Amino acid sequence: MNGLKFSAIAIGVGLVVMAFAAWLGLDYFYFAGYTILQYIVLATAWNILGGYCGYVNFGSAAFFAMGAYSSVALHKFDGEIDTWFPDNIAPLLHAIFPLPIPILILFGGIVSGIAGLGMGYLTLRLRGSFFAIATLALAVVLQTLVVNWDFVGGSRGAYIIRPETIVIAGFEINYIIYLFVLMLILAVIALTTARAIERSQLGFGFATIRDDELAAEASGVPTLRLKLIATTLSGAFMGMAGAPFPYYIGYLQPASAFSLDYAVNSIAMPMIGGTTSWIGPLVGSVLLGSLQQIATVTISSAVNLLIVGILLVTFVIIAPNGLVGLTQEHWRKRRRP
Amino acid sequence: MVISVDLLINAIVAGLLLGGFYAAVTAGVSISFGMLDIVNIAHPAFIILGSYIAYIVNISFGIDPIIVSVVALPAFYALGALVYQVYYLSFEKRGQESLRGLAFFFGLLFITEVSLILVFGVDYRYVEAAYIGPSIHLGLIDMPLRMLVPCLVALAMFGLLELFVTRTFLGRAIMAVSQDQLALQLMAADPIKIKRIAFGISIATASIAGALLIIIQPVEPSVGREYIGRVFAICVLGGLGSMPGTLIAALILGVVESLTSTFYGPSWAPAVSFGFLLLTLAFRPAGLLGR
Amino acid sequence: MSALLHVDNISKRFGGFVALDGVDLEVQPGERLGLIGPNGSGKSTLVNCICGTLQNESGSVSFDGRVIDGLAAHQRTHRGLARSFQLPRPFHSMSLADNLRIPLLYTVHARKGPLRSAGDLDARCHELLDMVGLLKKAKQLPRDLTQVEMRKLELARAMAAEPKLLIADESMAGLSHSEIDDILELLVRMNERGITVILIEHIMSAVMSFSQRLAVLVSGKKIADGKPEDVVQNPEVVKAYIGQ
Repeated sequence: MNGLKFSAIAIGVGLVVMAFAAWLGLDYFYFAGYTILQYIVLATAWNILGGYCGYVNFGSAAFFAMGAYSSVALHKFDGEIDTWFPDNIAPLLHAIFPLPIPILILFGGIVSGIAGLGMGYLTLRLRGSFFAIATLALAVVLQTLVVNWDFVGGSRGAYIIRPETIVIAGFEINYIIYLFVLMLILAVIALTTARAIERSQLGFGFATIRDDELAAEASGVPTLRLKLIATTLSGAFMGMAGAPFPYYIGYLQPASAFSLDYAVNSIAMPMIGGTTSWIGPLVGSVLLGSLQQIATVTISSAVNLLIVGILLVTFVIIAPNGLVGLTQEHWRKRRRP
Repeated sequence: MVISVDLLINAIVAGLLLGGFYAAVTAGVSISFGMLDIVNIAHPAFIILGSYIAYIVNISFGIDPIIVSVVALPAFYALGALVYQVYYLSFEKRGQESLRGLAFFFGLLFITEVSLILVFGVDYRYVEAAYIGPSIHLGLIDMPLRMLVPCLVALAMFGLLELFVTRTFLGRAIMAVSQDQLALQLMAADPIKIKRIAFGISIATASIAGALLIIIQPVEPSVGREYIGRVFAICVLGGLGSMPGTLIAALILGVVESLTSTFYGPSWAPAVSFGFLLLTLAFRPAGLLGR
Repeated sequence: MSALLHVDNISKRFGGFVALDGVDLEVQPGERLGLIGPNGSGKSTLVNCICGTLQNESGSVSFDGRVIDGLAAHQRTHRGLARSFQLPRPFHSMSLADNLRIPLLYTVHARKGPLRSAGDLDARCHELLDMVGLLKKAKQLPRDLTQVEMRKLELARAMAAEPKLLIADESMAGLSHSEIDDILELLVRMNERGITVILIEHIMSAVMSFSQRLAVLVSGKKIADGKPEDVVQNPEVVKAYIGQ
């Protein structure tokens, strides 16, 4: 099944989900659903570098936050147009700004993609374990920079008032549904991309890096170039997931944008789901994401991180190939006799 | 900016005292990462665990936190040995230590931190001891005892570890295992057992480091995260597996952090250690005194 | 100078340990060179420096008329250098056929442009596997192979890159006589098709029968280089191998 057909099916599934949501009529569903879709993108993005290439990125939060903060920066920029620009230029800018969210998403993707490229260039010559630590360091450095950048609110945070509704093609749509749909489309794009990579020569090359980087080089695989592609793609998608976040949440603070929770979730979801294919992150994020939503609502939000931690450790020990791996084992055993 | 000499000297002294303490915090990772090549990013969580144990006993029975931590050493050692055993059986044996081992320790970090939040909440906790409060004054220099005492204990512990590693058979076996596992096997020593002992010692140091931490500053569960960068920055900067290098790097980092904090404000402090780490990794991964 | 490979006075240290100390080596096109030396003499380090896995600190390596210092390993492979690893390093998550597909996709294609369709690729993988006698296991994973078979896979993977020069690093350690003969036959066949071969081995009978020229490395220095019969009688070589 080629990429286009897959996307079509994925969108179809998404529409079914939406129809279900509309039937439920619960606004909460869109809020929760947005979070889960966001995690699908983050987990899939992480898996491109982590699962396919074998390089663990602890700094997912940084790329996510950069996407979020680029939206905040653009939003603030919009507010400053009249102050900064002379009267003949300002109206031109006002015609473009405020930028619609899809453009913000693109922008967030570009910013985080470049950051991914830069980080890769600095650190990918290091062994896997050094790389992982470097990603953590990068996340904290970026967080410190943002905390000290008053233009986007620094540690006090930034408010973005979310409009109630938005008018698209003549229809007035509830804003949260708009955000939900955008994230749904982004999730479909992420999954389609991951799947396409898996089946391509690029994905093949990624697998050799994961299996044995030295042998890959000796066989002619340009490992550094491929790794840079992986970090750039991975970073870009994380940034894209982060770009609408300030509009979703209304008030953005560095502590929440850079929260280590994003790091642990973007690692736990693919590892629990299974890292060798695009299905793993999808399964992991839907299951774990839903579990966390339920736990937050019923028990407390601290407990849900405990659950993630325990599940991560358990799966990593018992089921290294995740749920997808377990399923594959099961089918293989049934086929054997 | 006019820099007062008084402020500068005190910032440097505070940095040195802090650096001594950082050396103790890093000692464990120097063993686990420097010698055993195990990326235990959960180490700071064990330190915080040590802090809380010192806290409970201190608050309940009034016993000095450092004494508590020494008494707790065997328990921490056992915990370390257990963690290593699980790590070895699940990952090292299967040759999957890079991806899954990292995820394992990351998970442990979270489990420990969140468990502490659930039990103790997010309030800052601190201990009571005779030396928390008073300071020594030497001319221009002010040395709070709550920094001096931990620094001295840290240096003592560090010195003991260095002696252990260079003078005892077991210590040298640990150095050997980091360099040539096969040769060690041929000498009829069991590398796995030696690694387990080493890792146990590594976690045991967290007990003491934890007590020292809560003497220096109030502690709450997520304090550990700041230390991840510090610990690995010092380890890498000092050259993996080199104890003297680790000490020097710790002192340097302590001083730089102190100066930054004093003259630029504490909100820049985390960037210092993590920035150091990034720069070192990018430009000189072998560290200052590395092999 | 018509040498295919020219190693010019290269040195390599690891901390305080000198692994290679001013080593010179020339290999002519089509030649069969044997490289021997005691354990730890620097043979594998030499291979690593030639192939780009390690960078030599001084001296220079030229291949096919051009200096290759500073080139990454994959670039050297693209230029026609291939090696097998002393301890086999297969891609363990892929089938044998896929293991061979990698050098085809990334080296042969990179050199010549994608001339082959998927079907052609498959055929070529199977052809290579057949050459080493592993065709029946084409769909299996490397973990199902025996030691010998893994060595053969290593060689097949190096061959798949269509090299001008192949360095076989101790491919025969621990094999039986007939297995050694199998591998030797493979290497000879490759040589007959124009591939220059450097054979690094401890098994003297294999080295003697295979090599047109023999070089000896001891403690990072080349102590002999010439016809096998002569080298073997060189007193320094004898001392290095037998008495000390």
